[in-house]
Amino acid sequence: MTTTTLVRPRIGAFTAESTFITRSFLHSVRDVESGLMAIVLPVMLMLLFTWVFGNAIDPSGGYVDYVVPGIILLCAGFGSASTAVSVANDMTTGIIDRFRTMPLRSGAVLTGHVVASLARNLVATAVVILVALLVGFRPTATPLEWVAVFGLVALWILAITYLFAAIGLAASTPEAASGYGFILLFLPYLSSAFVPVETMPDWLQWIAENQPITPIIETLRSLLMGTPMGDSAWWAVGWCVVIIAGSVAWGAWLFRRKAGHR
Amino acid sequence: MTLAIDARGLRKHFGRTEVLAGLDLAVPAGTVFALLGPNGAGKTTTINILTTLVRADSGTALVAGHDVVADTEEVKRRISLTGQSAAVDGVLTGTENLVMMGRLSGLGRREARARAAELLDRFDLADAAGRRVGTYSGGMRRRLDLALSLIIAPAVLFLDEPTTGLDTRSRQELWSVIRSLAGAGTTVFLTTQYLEEADRLADRIAVLDGGRIAEEGTPGELKARIGGDVVELRDADGVLLLELPTDGSVHGLRAALDELDRAPAAAADGVAVSIRRPSLDDVFLDITARNAAPASPELQEAK
Repeated sequence: MTTTTLVRPRIGAFTAESTFITRSFLHSVRDVESGLMAIVLPVMLMLLFTWVFGNAIDPSGGYVDYVVPGIILLCAGFGSASTAVSVANDMTTGIIDRFRTMPLRSGAVLTGHVVASLARNLVATAVVILVALLVGFRPTATPLEWVAVFGLVALWILAITYLFAAIGLAASTPEAASGYGFILLFLPYLSSAFVPVETMPDWLQWIAENQPITPIIETLRSLLMGTPMGDSAWWAVGWCVVIIAGSVAWGAWLFRRKAGHR
Repeated sequence: MTLAIDARGLRKHFGRTEVLAGLDLAVPAGTVFALLGPNGAGKTTTINILTTLVRADSGTALVAGHDVVADTEEVKRRISLTGQSAAVDGVLTGTENLVMMGRLSGLGRREARARAAELLDRFDLADAAGRRVGTYSGGMRRRLDLALSLIIAPAVLFLDEPTTGLDTRSRQELWSVIRSLAGAGTTVFLTTQYLEEADRLADRIAVLDGGRIAEEGTPGELKARIGGDVVELRDADGVLLLELPTDGSVHGLRAALDELDRAPAAAADGVAVSIRRPSLDDVFLDITARNAAPASPELQEAK
């Protein structure tokens, strides 16, 4: 019998990654609602904190300078949370099984989600900073410090996106993934993002001081406003690296183990 | 004859449930092979093992000449899977789905576009090429799903219940595509709950029951194996009143007719008698009923 079946050629080194990045970008661009919410919600929160709560918290009117670093991180959290839902969606639709039966590097599809999330969130961060400048945010950062700000924000986005991607793999449904994500979004409230840690009860102070958000906020605040840095930059980068390493390892393990939930 | 699938002694547990209890399969290249079985018999698990998604606890499987565990990459280069849920990207358009899969299958940009257009034409999706797949009907999604599996005509195509949930027309369209694939050299391994589908499509059929192949053969062989024709008694409205299997001999047929004489229903007005070949349904029910009895005490002993 004559046969016309073929063997798949081996694909180029980054073809799978670039293909999945293109796919995730198309998803981001077409999911206008999520994209809009990821920008509108943090902007509304910032306006809420500066105009509604701001004068009660700091009657001198300088609260906007205090709160912007926290809003930037909050914004990164909102935007990354949708990664958990996208990944969980891939797992439930069975498309992941198709990819897993092809000769592809196992993490490539996650790389697509993560890169798209990074791009989305950096755009949202830029918008949030622009709006902040409009409502009276007056940072003192030098150009080099601005680069460091975006570098640290990008690192934090990567860390939380990888974590959300792993949560998306672990969750049994997209709805559950979205629920787990919500819990993580509470972390900024239990940090120095909105009020100084010293104003909290003792037991809460301990949590606030020893969770990843506080050193990142303090580093951003120091870069933007010239407050003392201390050793917070080391803690900030350290936390991000630990979260990325842990999430990548967890995600790779989950990805290998789980056939799509059917 | 070369075997496209050669599996021996496959076993798989999930927790304390034994799903596969020493499964053997030999599928000749270029044929359509149907795996039948009741829900939960382990059909999907079998496909998952053969497509490298899941590892068997023990046993070996060669697919397209390569071991699914030791030589995973080589197997993956030669197979395609169309699973139970249509594995398509609902946010992307039909064309984008196909181009993505083409790029992932090693085609260049231009090649991938050309192949996408060709497949959209062949699967009657050209008009919907630029629409998001989320707006497709069930039948269209299935056709696209199958098209995605054929970017590179695979040596072995796995179809897990390909026509579940489709209307009659879409089902028959899909059948003709599957037949033509086998004609072009692809081995098709499909699972199905529809006996008619297996009957119409498959060169060989295996019935999976209790984690093993209970019976295997061509559709004709399977029907012959359970004996001769069936005598049916139907009332004026065509409702089945009585079914009497025969052993195929004249004596057996006469015995069945004698039994009909004694049946009170046969005397009623408008009652008609007919003789038919056993259907695959008879085969299936016969096999699964035969195995149901001895299987349960064995299971209890195992615990």
